[in-house]
Amino acid sequence: MSMTVHPAPKFASNDGVIETLSEAVSVWLERAVEHHGEIFLTVKRDAIADVLRILRDDHEYQQMMEIAGADYPDRAERFEVVYMLLSLTKNHRIMVKCSTDEATPVPTITTLWPNAGWLEREVFDMYGVVFDGNPDLRRILTDYGFEGHPFRKDFPMTGYTELRYSEEEKRVVYEPVELPQDMRTFDFLSPWEGADYVLPGDEKAEEKPAEAAPEPEAEASKDDPKDGVEFDIEEEDGE
Amino acid sequence: MSLQIEESPTTDGDVIQNYTINFGPQHPAAHGVLRMIMELDGEVIERVDPHVGLLHRGTEKLIESKTYLQALPYFDRLDYCSPLCQEHSYVLAIEKLLNVDVPERAQYLRVLFAELTRICNHMLNIGAHVMDVGAMTPNLWVFELREDCLNFFERASGARMHSAWFRPGGVHQDVPEKLLVDIGDWLDNRFFQLFDDAMSLVIDNRIFKQRNVDIAVVGRDDAIAWGFSGPMIRAAGIPWDLRKSQPYDVYDRMEFDIPVGTNSDCYDRFMVRLGEVRESAKIIKQCLAQMPQGPIASTDGKVSPPKRGEMKQSMESLIHHFKLYTEGFHVPEGEVYVATESPKGEFGVYLVSDGSNKPYRCKIRPTAFSHLQAMDMMSKGHMLPDATAILGAIDVVFGECDR
Repeated sequence: MSMTVHPAPKFASNDGVIETLSEAVSVWLERAVEHHGEIFLTVKRDAIADVLRILRDDHEYQQMMEIAGADYPDRAERFEVVYMLLSLTKNHRIMVKCSTDEATPVPTITTLWPNAGWLEREVFDMYGVVFDGNPDLRRILTDYGFEGHPFRKDFPMTGYTELRYSEEEKRVVYEPVELPQDMRTFDFLSPWEGADYVLPGDEKAEEKPAEAAPEPEAEASKDDPKDGVEFDIEEEDGE
Repeated sequence: MSLQIEESPTTDGDVIQNYTINFGPQHPAAHGVLRMIMELDGEVIERVDPHVGLLHRGTEKLIESKTYLQALPYFDRLDYCSPLCQEHSYVLAIEKLLNVDVPERAQYLRVLFAELTRICNHMLNIGAHVMDVGAMTPNLWVFELREDCLNFFERASGARMHSAWFRPGGVHQDVPEKLLVDIGDWLDNRFFQLFDDAMSLVIDNRIFKQRNVDIAVVGRDDAIAWGFSGPMIRAAGIPWDLRKSQPYDVYDRMEFDIPVGTNSDCYDRFMVRLGEVRESAKIIKQCLAQMPQGPIASTDGKVSPPKRGEMKQSMESLIHHFKLYTEGFHVPEGEVYVATESPKGEFGVYLVSDGSNKPYRCKIRPTAFSHLQAMDMMSKGHMLPDATAILGAIDVVFGECDR
């Protein structure tokens, strides 16, 4: 990697850490990478608690600062759960990951760190990842009675319900979302840099030539075998 | 004469001791919209179940649909008591992914204003904490100082609270020289007179001590296990400060001490903040003394926008400006977790980039989440009025906690 010039927080060196830790959890390790100065260990889901216990007890990562969920809908196991560990004594940070899908639970780590309770609740609330063994897996950030998991990539930004105070009923009422104006999503990706979609209006440009000049060609490609037969007959006539 | 008294409903001999009350969601001492369901035995707290999320706005989801630059102002609105410190984590995360150099002056300016923000934040928290346990006057005095800080922010960025002044690659605009002079003057001639005066009413006050000493004692091991950070972990006697241990920007050139507590109670947390204010003042003075002249944003035209004057003269600058404010810059694929020492503790940003101009995922690590979670553990066995003291000492802001 090229030289570090950014002013982001500098913790202890990563030298040799990845080798040591990979060896320590090698049984469960799927992948160990280092990029942008961060160490990621991807481990088997079922062993996450064991791995984190080893890292905490044998490798001085005393604090579990954060659990982040992330959604990658294209993957077979779409959710990633990322645990950020901090070592106060070694002044070092690592991240441990495991992946799961909608149905498969991840073992809880509330047995290791008491503050995992709320963090797991948050991942459950936002992504619908179930944590097996968490004694109190309620929703945490969303409204009472909320349905769905809002941070999934297929959950619309506007949500499905909106609420307002109804003067007639003298209470807050929930209604389906109604937008007076379309949700504004701007796409500033440059079409010259490999955008694989048709720009608005461009679809007309493609229609036009298809009508005029290359019509036979278009037909040819549409029903290939029939055309091929005709061509053969013509050739025979010539002979 | 036999007067028959109408019998009230009875419990058939069962004695009811525990009862449950709602603390909040609209309670002046809850520092925002916090709802705590408290199980009380008389006036002693047996169990607390904090319900957070009443201020959840889905910031992280909103950020996913904005370019990196457009997402920046959301960070001001997380912890609205220390806006610039939240921006700090975010811009550093972007810079780490981009591996972009930040000019020295910009780094000094960022450290200076981050420390000013710390003072500003602590002025609010110290005042509020004191008021939560019954004192009125000190709050009014330190609010005066907070007002001064906000005026400084306004002179630097044009906004009192939501500055959006830290930018990837530097800061938005240079500050007038007079502002730096005034900040120095303010520290020398005004700040400590008022601050010391206000604090002299509190720190040895009998009532204040009765309300705070030995309240919510959290041992070292517990503080570590519960993921405490900032003044909460330092009050437990652990000299852990990210500015010192994992320095960012020019913190490695600053000389300052880390105030720690000995008893790990609410009073210690308060005193740690008091000490931090003094250390912040030291850092600001060092920044003012050392700050060089020079550019205030990265010279990489692909990251930071050109100056107004350049834009009028150079076609290339104009193109850069247009591209940066429409498409924005692309950030190389990767994931980073960057945490800085915000006034409340470790404020982290886990940023996942897929190589496009928008963050794929931006997870924000709020400081209050871990601290508030320990509310049950900390307030068990204490009296109901102690809950406000404990909350005040946590320094919780719900814009950040609920995101």
